[in-house]
Formats: sequence, C-alpha cells, structure tokens
Amino acid sequence: MTKFSAADAPAETQAKSRSPLIALAGQPNMGKSTLFNLLTGLNQHVGNWPGKTVERREGRFDLHGREAVLVDLPGAYSLTANSPEEVIAREFIVREKPDVVIAVVSAANLERSLYLVAELAALDAPLVVALNMIDVAEQEGLRVEPHVLEAALGVPVVPMVASKALGVRDLLDVVEEVLTGKRLPAPRPPEIRPDHAAVLTEIQTLIASHVPDPYPPAWMALKLLEGDAEVTRTMQAALPPETWEDVHKILRAHDDAFLAVASGRYEWIGRLVRAAVTRPRVGQIGLTERLDRWAAHPVWGLVLLAGILGLVFGLTFTVGAPIQAWLEEAVIAPLSGLAGGALAGAPAWVRGMLVDGLIGGVGSVLTFLPILVIFFAAFALLEDVGYMARAAYVMDNLMHLMGLHGKSFLPLFLGFGCNVPAVMGTRVIDSWPARLLTILIAPLVPCTARMAVVAFIAPAFFGANAVWVTWGLVLFSLLALVLSGTLLNRVLFKGQRSAFIMEMPLYHLPNPRTIGLLVWQRSLAFVKKAGTAILAMAMLIWLLSYLPGGDLNSSYLARFGQWIEPLGRAMGFDWRLTVALLSSFPAKENAIATLGVLFGVSPEAGLTDLLTAAYSPAAALSFLTVTMLFIPCLATVAVTKQETGSWRWVAVSLALFLALSFLGGTAVYHLAVWLL
Amino acid sequence: MTDILLSLADLQAGTRAVVREFRAGRAVESRLASLGFTPGAAVEVVQNYGRGPLIVTVRGTRVALGRGEAAKIMVEGNNGNYD
Repeated sequence: MTKFSAADAPAETQAKSRSPLIALAGQPNMGKSTLFNLLTGLNQHVGNWPGKTVERREGRFDLHGREAVLVDLPGAYSLTANSPEEVIAREFIVREKPDVVIAVVSAANLERSLYLVAELAALDAPLVVALNMIDVAEQEGLRVEPHVLEAALGVPVVPMVASKALGVRDLLDVVEEVLTGKRLPAPRPPEIRPDHAAVLTEIQTLIASHVPDPYPPAWMALKLLEGDAEVTRTMQAALPPETWEDVHKILRAHDDAFLAVASGRYEWIGRLVRAAVTRPRVGQIGLTERLDRWAAHPVWGLVLLAGILGLVFGLTFTVGAPIQAWLEEAVIAPLSGLAGGALAGAPAWVRGMLVDGLIGGVGSVLTFLPILVIFFAAFALLEDVGYMARAAYVMDNLMHLMGLHGKSFLPLFLGFGCNVPAVMGTRVIDSWPARLLTILIAPLVPCTARMAVVAFIAPAFFGANAVWVTWGLVLFSLLALVLSGTLLNRVLFKGQRSAFIMEMPLYHLPNPRTIGLLVWQRSLAFVKKAGTAILAMAMLIWLLSYLPGGDLNSSYLARFGQWIEPLGRAMGFDWRLTVALLSSFPAKENAIATLGVLFGVSPEAGLTDLLTAAYSPAAALSFLTVTMLFIPCLATVAVTKQETGSWRWVAVSLALFLALSFLGGTAVYHLAVWLL
Repeated sequence: MTDILLSLADLQAGTRAVVREFRAGRAVESRLASLGFTPGAAVEVVQNYGRGPLIVTVRGTRVALGRGEAAKIMVEGNNGNYD
C-alpha cells in the first residue's frame, strides 16, 4: 500500500504545517481542475505522487488573509483500489488528514458524482460539497436544491459555477467556517443493505483489534467486503493466520458483496437525488447527443478526426514552423556569433562548448517551443471541450489490432508534436500492460523534430516529389507502429486486451484559463528538460566531437562512426551519415547541424548542394527512413525510464528501435537502389 | 417479467433495459459498478453499429464500452417500465 509518511511526503506540505491543508476530491469531468486553477492560478506546483507516475498538483491560495495549501487529488470515480488514482486519493485523506476535503460534484450529473461522496462520507473526513455546474444543470432543465441536499448529507453544500468563478467566495466562507469550528460536517454515510449487514459486523468484530493505524476499522471491514485488493493485502499481513482464515472464509462465501455495497450506495444516492432534484420531463435532445451522431459515428467520426488532425498539423507547419525557422536564424545564429565574438579570447574548447554545445544544442531544441505551444494548445482545447473522448472512441477499432483500446490513441496523437509529452500522456491509460505497450511504440509517431530533418533533406534530393516522399515516410512510420504494436502485444503480453470503459463527458465551451495553464505547464516541463538532461547530453556529444584534437574529422565521435561504418554501409551510409545519425540522439534535428560541421559549412550555406553531390537518392531515402525509426531522442528515453520505472523497458525500447531502424534502412536502401 | 437475459452488446440503439448480472470478472465489474452499472440500474443504448464500441447511458452518464465489455453485461428488457 502506498505510504505517505512524513518522510516521503513533499517538503512543501510539511514545512508549513501551520497553513490549513485542504484537499480537492472529485470524479473526472466535474470541474475539479477548473476550481483548482481558479483558486491557485500560477501559484501551483506540478510533480508526481511519491513512487507513482500520477500527477500531483499542489498550490497555495489566500484564505481570509492567511495562506492555505490546496492539494488536487487525482480524479477518481470511487475510492476502491481499481486504479492508482483511487488509491492515492484515499491514502492521502486517511494519512495526511486534511483539515477540509472539498468534494466537487456536478449538478448536471448528480447521481453518478455523489458516488464518490458516498465513499468520502464513510471515511469520516471533514467534508464540504461544491455543487458545481449548476448552469449546465439549469440548461438541461434540472433544478437542484442545495439546502435539501445539505440536510440529507449532513455536510455543507455550496452551489457554484467554477468556469464562471461564481460561488467561489461562498465556498471559501464555508471552508473557513469548518476550519474555525463554526460548522461541523457530520456526514451520514450510506448504510449497507440489510442482507449484508450481519456479515459486515462479523468481519468488523474479527479484524477490529488488528487494523493498522490510521485506518478506520469500520471502513476497512467495508473495503474487505468489497474485495478491495490493497486492503485485502494489508489485512492479510496484519491479521494472525487463523483469524485471516476465518475472514477469508466469510469473504469467499460473499464474493459478490461488492455489488451489494455499490447498489447500497446508489440506493442512498437515489433517495438524495429524489429529494433534492426537481427534474421536469426531459424531452429535448441535448447538444451532446446531436454532436455525437457525427463525432462518434464509425465513418463520419473518422472523417472528422482526420479533418481535425489535418487542421492541427496545417496550423503547426504554417504558423509554427516559420517561427521556428525564424528563431533559428534571427536569434540562435546571431547569439552564436555574439558569444563567439565575446569569447574570442577564451580557450577554443570553452568557446566551442558554449557556442556549439550550449547555444547550438540546447538553443535549437528550444526553437521548437513555438511548434509545441501550438500543438499543446490545440490538444488542450480539444481535451477541454470534451472532443478527445470521441477521438478515442472512433479509434478504438483500429487500436484493437494492437491489443490496445481507444484511450491509447490520445498520447500517440500528442506524439506528432513531441514524443516526450506522448510518453507522459500514456497516464490516461488505465491498465499497465496497455500503457507499457503504448510507451514502447509511441516513439514511432514522427515528431516535429524528425519532420524538420525530413523537411530539409527531402526537397534537396527529391524536388517536386518531396511531398510524396514525406507522406510516404509518415505512413511508413505509422505502419511500423501498428506492426510493432501487434508483434509486441503477441510476444510480451500474449495477445491480451484491456477493458475499454470510458466516460463520454458532455461537450462544453472551452475555458481559456484551463487551456492556458495546461499549455504553460507542458511547455515549462519541456523547457526544464531542455535545460537539464538535454543540456548535459549536448555537452557530452560536443566533447566527443571535439576531443582529442579539437577537430571533428579526427574526434572520438568520428572514430566511432568509422568503426561501425560497415553496419552503416548496409544502409548506404558513409561514416559521416552514421555520425550524423548518432549525434541526433540529444535532439533529432542535430543531424543537419552535424552534417554541416562534417562538410565544413554552416547549414544555411550550400549544404544541400554538397549533400546531393555526395549521396545518391537511395542513400538519402535510407537516411530519412532510419531517422524516422532510430532510437528515440534523449528526452524521450529519459521519460521512458521515468514512466516505466525500470531500465529494463528502456533497454527493450532501445533494442527494438535499433533493430527496426537497421532492418528498415537496409531494406529501403536496397529496394531504392534497385528501383531508382 | 421474463427470465431471458440478453447481453448489452446485442441491444439496438434506442433500447432501454435493466442490468441484471455481470460475467466480466471482478476487476472490470468493480470499475463498471463505480460508473453506475449495478444490478437494477436502468441503461439505454445510445449507439451500437454492430461492431466496434458502444455508447450507453447509465445514471445520467454517457459511457463508452468496448464490445467485449458490453457483451459481459447481462440485461433484461422491460419495455421501458422503470423509474
């Protein structure tokens, strides 16, 4: 079970233990993040939960003149250990004992969103319910009476519209009243169905004296009856063997009890909803239903998705790519010149390391930021309006080929911008094998950096046909993705498939604040990566290309390239193309800069002429193919380690791409020689 | 009331039914339950084209289900007579 002891809890929470600690809980799509962003703004910190690859968001805000700490618990449908998110949420409440837990529920979807409240009430947390989206509910003809709900629940209920910042002051007033003890939430949790009440009491009596601190025994008994895997493991370890035997026997005899518990909660919810909601006859077909007739249609949905993808790529390349090129020419190049001039007196290796390693390496990675910002913004917008669930839905069939389901499509889509957020984006996938498989194949989605290499080389060699070559390379990569996915699924996971169960949220207008913060956080994460891992590697590669003699042509990197030249020759490479490929490890677009150095020119001046003179179109095509399939860039490898938590999977990934690129390059080269 | 159970995957779009039992295994059933699929819950099939995933409404929420998952939810049609 995940432990949140004082030792490994983030220092921020500990340092200011005087500040009230407030937790935000809620199911996905309830507006929890909107409320979190509204309260904390840019005053938030995004990290990971200890030992987990689940995003942990913590922020500070002003609560009646003092600073309060707000922790955004991961979105969870229940508090049963179905997913890491659910375990994290409940462990935090049980162990960190927040001063107030704000449960965000949607007035437009009260029945389901109260399910989590039913679970929270059983944990005996100081609960305040934020009844969000009352505007959406009213649009659908629903009226919820907060006071009735409040009386029935036994905890304060505050109506609000987080997306319009309505009701936030009231919510904070109520939180303050709970903190100062003016109001004491006394939640009335649902009771178990009468037919299981005796069993529950029996289990509770058996385990009562053995429940480890700080878990409430009644709650542990309930979770045992629900068959919660984590709680079962904890209690099996805590109980004397003979008592466990008794408990286990009871549990086995009632292995369908979790349905009775869940049904009991829904009966409790049903009573609340009947009392608090006045629902006029629903006759009209909602906006969501009308839009879904197209967006979720098996044919039109795919057409729409293709159109949206085309639009996003079009925008990226018509707006983002020129800005990137401009940054490269108007900022990075003069900066290199300026630094070169300023460091004229410094030793050559210092100058080279700073000018070529730092500015040339990290600087050119950073020029991709405009492209990524456009991509992130488009992605965040589609996510926020609720479209992404539809994209996952219509792609489900295709993803089945690889033993994956629709949700895996979302991170792969993000991969067209950059593979780094794609690997991190696999967190939306609920089963670990499916997630791992998606991480392994994600680098086969051609990212903008690789497209930049293609965009430089393809026109030089193929002129007017460059567009077709580019499309061919993209399709080839995606084909390789599907084939590797299918194969890996057979070999590693024996062809098993994970369950596709996904909520389709209602469509709604985008919230600029949510989108802005998402773009900001993702861009910041990318810049941080460029400043750390990429920086170190760029310096290292530069040193290898400089030592021992200060000349690239006789450097360690060149020697290594010459040493493995026989391998390269199978793909039509000479040692320079091999070195260019190796130097693309810190950042894919480095390949061009390295070729520039190897041919003794700057990339702008005449490199294309020298390249076309030195290589055949077949070699160029092979080089581009290998660039598409080669081991992912350093940043992607780093996040692969971070997200899989093991070097083993990194090794599998590297081996896969080395084999794939070598085979692909060799095949394409020989085929091209034969054809061209 | 009949005893004949159908799988959710076999229902056409627009059909309403009541969930009776699951044949999906504990882990999936627990996830389904937290989204509102419990015995006795009313469901309506919103979209079902005979292949690929389905969209189902349960307790006011639209949920996408893989065909395999939907096939393991056994329901009883009741001609729309439920509250």
